[in-house]
Amino acid sequence: MEDQVVLRVVAKIMIPFIIIFGLYVITHGDFGPGGGFQGGVILASAFILYGLVFGREELAKAVPPRIVEAFAAFGVLLYSGVGLYGLLSGGNFLDYSYITPHDPRTGEAWGIILVEYGVGITVATVMIIIYNMIAERIGDE
Amino acid sequence: MISNLFIFDSILLLLVTITAITVVQVKDLFASSMLAGLYSLLMALVWTNMHAVDVAFTEAAVGAGISTVLLIGALVFTGRQEKKSDGVKPGALLIVVITGGALLYGTIDMPAFGDPNAPLHTHRGEKLLLQNVGKISLDEKGQRVDHPLYTESYQKEHWDLGDYGSGDEWNELAKSNDFYLHGAPHIPNTVSSLLADYRSFDTMFETAVILTAGVAMLILLRRREEDPEPTMDTADHDTIKGDN
Repeated sequence: MEDQVVLRVVAKIMIPFIIIFGLYVITHGDFGPGGGFQGGVILASAFILYGLVFGREELAKAVPPRIVEAFAAFGVLLYSGVGLYGLLSGGNFLDYSYITPHDPRTGEAWGIILVEYGVGITVATVMIIIYNMIAERIGDE
Repeated sequence: MISNLFIFDSILLLLVTITAITVVQVKDLFASSMLAGLYSLLMALVWTNMHAVDVAFTEAAVGAGISTVLLIGALVFTGRQEKKSDGVKPGALLIVVITGGALLYGTIDMPAFGDPNAPLHTHRGEKLLLQNVGKISLDEKGQRVDHPLYTESYQKEHWDLGDYGSGDEWNELAKSNDFYLHGAPHIPNTVSSLLADYRSFDTMFETAVILTAGVAMLILLRRREEDPEPTMDTADHDTIKGDN
């Protein structure tokens, strides 16, 4: 699709907005519909669009597969790290109240933002990995 | 009683049914994948109508977005036309009809949609909104105390709505700024609060499942760097030789 001028121009214009919207959906999950999973998928769709229009080699240049794979693990690590923080502070695993012990409500908000980003990072990167793997095989055929 | 919503819902569900049947019937798999995306988009509208915006969001992003891309990617390997089927098998048809009938029979027991007397609204919903599982706080001396927001007496005084709060009472409460800024024990989006706090273990392992899916893709499909010929058969062959 590299020779399609309209697609290339529209994709270039759209991608930053898709990324911002994905981050907004993850961050705003506390207040409105959305959350880590949906935001992560939207985030991934920006990169997949880039890969579809410019080719998977260009995508690999923009986000190297090794970094994508590392971030997939990092998302789960961030989630369980927040849980472990509660455990190490003397509470239960994933007890967000220990993040700000005098105001458990704020702690919950912080905890939820962090774990939503954990979910979002893992979902986005795994979607990119799945796309990469399929695109790689298609390139081989 | 025919409201606008009823007409809109009927049209949507009719379209959903038609799309679902077409997805199965159509022989061109490319068209079938696109229709599956359309099906998800229509379902997202149905969820929105039912005020399940979070579900609608997921359906639109995953069903209509990502999975269409992945299905079309898979199509490259399987070919574009469906193989000739052997026609309807009576045994399979019987099983499908019985399962479908059992599911329909099960829905008879469900309360009507939006019924204010449904068990969810009479006692379950309120408890979920005020969930205080493991909510503690530390006082000035660092001692564990029940945070006032999560003690039963505080909740009874501020949020107790009798046996069950009617929809109007909850709406009034939700409209007041105090509820979220000063009094509400949880973040405003109840769905996020339930998924990421009340059921946080569940969500954590769901995330782990997604990571496992990604790792499985990497193990199964990644082209190994030492492969001279990057086709699937040679890759397997080389691995076996390498092991020897």
